[in-house]
Amino acid sequence: MTHLARSRLVGWRLLQAIPVIVGIIIVSFLLTRALPGDPAAYFAGPAADAASIEQIRVSMGLDRPLPVQFVAYVQDLVRGDLGISISTGQPVMHELTTRLPASLELTGVALLFSIAIAMPLGILAATRPNSWVDHLCRAVVTAGVSLPTFFTGLALIYVFYYLLGWSPSPMGRLDFLHLSPPKVTGFYVIDALLARDLETARAALAQLLLPAITLGLFTLAPIARMTRAAMLQILEGEFIRTARAAGLPRRQVLFTYALRNAILPVITTLGMVFSFALGANVLVEKVFSWPGIGSYAVEALVVSDYAAVQGFVLTMALLFVTLNLIIDVIYTLVDPRLGLEE
Amino acid sequence: MTTLTADGASPLAGVRRFLRHLLYVMTDNPMTAFAFMLFLLIVGAALVGPWLVPYDPLATNAGSTLQPPSWQHWFGTDQLGRDVFSRVVVATRLDLMIAVSAVAIAFVIGSTLGAIAGFYGGWAERITGRCMDTIMAFPLFVLAMGIVAAAGNTVENIIYATAIINLPFYARMARTEVAVRRNAGFVQAARLSGNADWRILAFQIFPNSLPPMMVQISLNMGWAILNAAGLSFIGLGVIPPTPEWGIMVAEGANYIISGHWWLALFPGLALMLAVFTFNLLGDGLRDLVDPQRRT
Repeated sequence: MTHLARSRLVGWRLLQAIPVIVGIIIVSFLLTRALPGDPAAYFAGPAADAASIEQIRVSMGLDRPLPVQFVAYVQDLVRGDLGISISTGQPVMHELTTRLPASLELTGVALLFSIAIAMPLGILAATRPNSWVDHLCRAVVTAGVSLPTFFTGLALIYVFYYLLGWSPSPMGRLDFLHLSPPKVTGFYVIDALLARDLETARAALAQLLLPAITLGLFTLAPIARMTRAAMLQILEGEFIRTARAAGLPRRQVLFTYALRNAILPVITTLGMVFSFALGANVLVEKVFSWPGIGSYAVEALVVSDYAAVQGFVLTMALLFVTLNLIIDVIYTLVDPRLGLEE
Repeated sequence: MTTLTADGASPLAGVRRFLRHLLYVMTDNPMTAFAFMLFLLIVGAALVGPWLVPYDPLATNAGSTLQPPSWQHWFGTDQLGRDVFSRVVVATRLDLMIAVSAVAIAFVIGSTLGAIAGFYGGWAERITGRCMDTIMAFPLFVLAMGIVAAAGNTVENIIYATAIINLPFYARMARTEVAVRRNAGFVQAARLSGNADWRILAFQIFPNSLPPMMVQISLNMGWAILNAAGLSFIGLGVIPPTPEWGIMVAEGANYIISGHWWLALFPGLALMLAVFTFNLLGDGLRDLVDPQRRT
């Protein structure tokens, strides 16, 4: 029964994502049609005359009414056609899919890093109010929201690459001494481990460490703050007092009763954290010359390669919706109250 | 804030009461006083900075490029021999102007939409909510990049893009703040004495919703500064010789790996300080404008 209720909830949540995706597609369609000046003149190139601009306009369908253009746009999307990147001459879709694993590897490791630090920090701060851990937590949270990511990244490069020499040069995913591992997942560290190439795995990890920490420091603050606030609120609760009065061991009260309830608001904040992380990802990729989709978009922006930028915005938005969906499904699965109500 | 104090008996008494309250808030919490001093410093730099700086922020000097900080050049000089201190101070005005305009636009449009949605409910609420959800469905910085790329690479478009990504916060906040007060006692009293809807909304509900919105404004200001600097860091909006913190950090980034740390450090620190100030100020502002704490 509860199993059925949960899967119905998950299904309902999946249905709710549809209007959001429709909204995203409409916005990105409007963005592609709002190019400065005349898109046809832009795509025809600077040397084109009036006739060839007109020809491009017809071939792109820009002479048709907007709703018709929108249908054509959606049809292209369904076929995975995001247009051709002017700077590289490659289909945008191809560029984005080859570069996506680099971005996912960076963001994933960064989030794991920040969750691994922020959650224990928040829990410790909540269980020992006004201790040094609590003050440390507050300092981290305040500093974390004020730090520009690109600035943190540069500071880390200066200290760990220039001063200490511990870190390899901040240029991409692997230095020139190593060949990229055979592609299985697209994540260099995992691929190198699968190929049993420990040396390459170590080199890839060394390249990954600094950008991941930079991005992780940025997302640390909201997670730590939410964990602390949620734990404080839960620990006030009567069921915790009852559990304590019943003589349950401290560890069990903290982790089985308090944490399982406190984790819910934390999971909800993760949605916002992802939004920040994906945005900050662009800046971190630029600072560390990380060959992901963020630095691709930045390069495209510089040369006014609009198809590439709009493809990037759409990809990021769809990625974000997917992540939010995953979060909501996890929320449904871990919420202890859901099973009891049925 | 002035609308709140102006409805007192005489304007002068209102101002005096406001100042006394300001003093009380400042002495009550030293952190707020500190943030307020920093705020005055930043606003001062934005207003009179260009006349106070020792060097012309655009003047190049081939004789003294990449000099480390010294008594002549407090923050050192950059690759063209320009004085970094002067550039950091002069940049304050542009950075602040972008953030203030963006947040002001977002506040006016967002809170109006949100207030209408919260007051009337129904279709107004559903449509606004759907639009705001669509904006929030994008990673916000990425959406700002897309808007600037589509609308054209200018400072005005940076402002509009930052305003758009800030809209949902105000709209949602105004909606909830107005919705909880929609049927409050003082609103019913105002309605019974014959006030029109818009009058109740503008003069009864909205001033009471202001305190939490003030905190949001202050926090958003910090975030808006970060976003605008991030956009110019990746080469959008501000054109290079213009002093601006984001672009200065971006230019300094090329010299970090050769050890010229001062190029990126000082504009970065200025950026951090500004964001930090607005974040601290958020809580101070809440005490300042909260009608319930004013006795």
